[in-house]
Amino acid sequence: MDTTILEMRGITKTFPGVKALQDVNLDVRAGEIHAIVGENGAGKSTLMKVLSGVYPAGSYDGKIIYQGEEVAFKSIRDSEHKNIVIIHQELALVPLLSIAENIFLGNEQARNGVIDWDETRNGARKLMAMVGLKEDPDTLITHIGVGKQQLVEIAKALSKEVKLLILDEPTASLSEKDSDALLALLLEFKKQGISSILISHKLNEVGKVADRITVIRDGRTIETLNKEDISEDRIITSMVGRSLENRYPTRTPHVGETIFEVKDWNVFHPLHSDRQMIKNVNLHVKKGEVVGIAGLMGAGRTEFAMSVFGKTYGQNISGEVFVHGKKADTSNVARAVDAGLAYATEDRKQYGLNLIDHIKHNITIANLPGVSTMSVLDDMAEMKVANEYRARTNIRSSSVYQTTGNLSGGNQQKVVLSKWLFSNPEVLILDEPTRGIDVGAKYEIYTIINKLADEGKGILVISSEMPELLGICDRIYVMNEGRIVGELAGSEASQEKIMRAIVRAEGKTA
Amino acid sequence: MTTETVTPAPSSGKLSVRSLLQSNLRDFGLVIALLVIMVFFQITTNGVLFKPVNLTNLILQNSYIIIMALGMLLVIIAGHIDLSVGSVSGFIGAVAAILMVTYKLPAIPVGLLCLIIGAVVGAAQGYWIAYLKIPSFIVTLAGMLVFKGLSLAVLGGASVGPFPTEFQLLSAGFIPDLIGPWNIGGTPLHATTLVIGVVIVAAMLITGFRTRTRRISNGYDAEPTALYIVKNAIIALLILFFTYLLASYKGLPNVLIVMSILITLFVFITKRTTLGRRIYALGGNSKAAQLSGIKTERLTFIVFIIMGVLAAVAGLIFAARLNTATPKAGQGFELDVIAAVFIGGASAMGGVGQVAGAVIGAFIIGVMNNGMSIMGVNIDWQQVIKGLVLLGAVVFDVYNKKKA
Repeated sequence: MDTTILEMRGITKTFPGVKALQDVNLDVRAGEIHAIVGENGAGKSTLMKVLSGVYPAGSYDGKIIYQGEEVAFKSIRDSEHKNIVIIHQELALVPLLSIAENIFLGNEQARNGVIDWDETRNGARKLMAMVGLKEDPDTLITHIGVGKQQLVEIAKALSKEVKLLILDEPTASLSEKDSDALLALLLEFKKQGISSILISHKLNEVGKVADRITVIRDGRTIETLNKEDISEDRIITSMVGRSLENRYPTRTPHVGETIFEVKDWNVFHPLHSDRQMIKNVNLHVKKGEVVGIAGLMGAGRTEFAMSVFGKTYGQNISGEVFVHGKKADTSNVARAVDAGLAYATEDRKQYGLNLIDHIKHNITIANLPGVSTMSVLDDMAEMKVANEYRARTNIRSSSVYQTTGNLSGGNQQKVVLSKWLFSNPEVLILDEPTRGIDVGAKYEIYTIINKLADEGKGILVISSEMPELLGICDRIYVMNEGRIVGELAGSEASQEKIMRAIVRAEGKTA
Repeated sequence: MTTETVTPAPSSGKLSVRSLLQSNLRDFGLVIALLVIMVFFQITTNGVLFKPVNLTNLILQNSYIIIMALGMLLVIIAGHIDLSVGSVSGFIGAVAAILMVTYKLPAIPVGLLCLIIGAVVGAAQGYWIAYLKIPSFIVTLAGMLVFKGLSLAVLGGASVGPFPTEFQLLSAGFIPDLIGPWNIGGTPLHATTLVIGVVIVAAMLITGFRTRTRRISNGYDAEPTALYIVKNAIIALLILFFTYLLASYKGLPNVLIVMSILITLFVFITKRTTLGRRIYALGGNSKAAQLSGIKTERLTFIVFIIMGVLAAVAGLIFAARLNTATPKAGQGFELDVIAAVFIGGASAMGGVGQVAGAVIGAFIIGVMNNGMSIMGVNIDWQQVIKGLVLLGAVVFDVYNKKKA
């Protein structure tokens, strides 16, 4: 376990105007799982791009020594030749090709350019068995879930006889079950002598599998911790450069009358009209209350929220929505917004932001009448609004004219929140509001949520991170397979009770 | 709480000249490119390009391209394309000819009817694109064939003309000189044209100054004073220079008035109205726009209706200019129109583009057409050069973006 497979020494990478990495050191031993943690924008991904040749040798300073010799990768192909494989946060699979085709993409099982399909399928089956993926190799990528897609990526890496596997936030969009399976797989690889570098925000995962942890902050290596020194508090302290006694801001709830209620909500799958996705859901949110919806991936929480918000998901939707006791028309997004609803999506890049436009335009887009008279925009008013919300949600940017695509995940999320705050809703539905965001930014988002509740709004939070729901919610609904299977007061809820509600429900349907 | 919070400073104060030049490299580059091309042809044509009569011609020749480029800009910002505009403009010209020449109907009602037909054509194509989500490339490719065929059918395969005189004025007419010609330095000058030119420059300077003062007093970013003065002085001088040239010929062509009004209207729509903002949002990320409460389908539909109306305007102008409607009218216009918008910096991915860019892009194409024709460059080589310029402009854009 003592041979060092990789050593990065004094890596410095400068972008115009920014020093992204400064004298970073990292060493990875053969057959270890080495975690890299750090806040968003700390430089983790940049470091991995340097390692894998995305940023070619020469564009950075410092040395990379791999298997005892200095290497200078000019491209990702070079690093792959040395059996280093990186799996990015955004999966690089072709959705309309099959699993087998994706596994061997760029490495086709072919003779003289003619693909040998038997070889391709057999090879794929072998690799799929290694990662525990039970699917037909001819299944298209688009037909399998994110968790399985992740496994395809790993199978693809294995096909390249990987020696050093780099995973960038591999569990960000996975359910707990899929995440555990993935982590178990990493431990399995470790036994086979494959080293892994794991980049993750989820400290509990890191604690479970990592042998050592390197903490990066502001483009510098802070420290490398050994397994026996790993504790969540220790990592957090090191990551943020301060101790975080409380990860959730405290709040005394002032709960009023019911302001939002959904009755007998039923939704069918948008393509398969016989598949009922949401089954008879009833729920309500009171004034000043933060209500959570817990559940596993695929429980139907996002589908529920989107179907309520302007029927943006599903078909044959039936049921009633009440805002302030009055029946509300939410048949399209504009009407839902008028009725006082807001929905901040779980996927801010795809559904939340216009990434090529700047902060100002993104903040006002859901409420243009608020900055215009007779459809004519008032530039000054818009400027004022943008600056006000930028300060209120603490968006870190050079100005409101910064393109949202260049912001970090946390700041992008604050722009999405600002957009919906400016539409002045009564009820905010926040879908995974802190996904892929660092600890510090999470705290800021929680603070905003609390402030909104104190102002008398109703907040509905969908989250896959149970500690987060337990930390911020006054009441938690548990959802499973499109049904509400439990309701717990915040004070009495626990991770165990939520899981028990889910398991009990699965037992019933089975 | 123990989280450190950095309060972002409100953006205020002045921007540096350098950062402004860098961020506006594309815009400045485009203007400079147009000027360089103009000077180049001014030299190679031995001064013919800037002769008042040629300048007037240049405007008349390119008016319909510029007008369609305005609509095409919206279409492209929205993330679509319209290949049918050439055929549609030809079809509208044919309809106008039949109604005015064959049926002897009066020009103004026919003109209005043609605009309505343009809107209907736009709606007919937009419906499939917006509501049934059929790619605009396919729908308008079909439209291109359909309207090409319909022009032939309407005209019975022959040219129809000439148009009544009052209709010809649309393209061949000039504004009347109400004040009477002034004799300055021996040449008679169109006085009304000069006055209008001066008034426009004054209005531009005053509103520009007022906006700037208001921005500064509110503490928002403003250009550095030196840059502001130089920029405005150059624009003012250019406008005055061109008005002088036009005044020394027959004055302002009617078409230029129509074109200017439309350009101003579209600058206003794209910069100052919620409609314009929503089109940018739609092109930038249609799903996010939809989830922000924008009726994306209706918006796409509207954009194609606007395009249809502008194609009709262009069709009328072109027919009036030729004074006949021919079955071949409008063919290939779509290529110049689309090229103008892309040269002007719009993105094929949608969400990006400026009216000023599209207009300058159209002028770049127009000046090249005009200049090369005067020089006697063959039509084949003209095409090759135009193609390379289009490619070069887009390559420049992509290169710029990568560097940023």
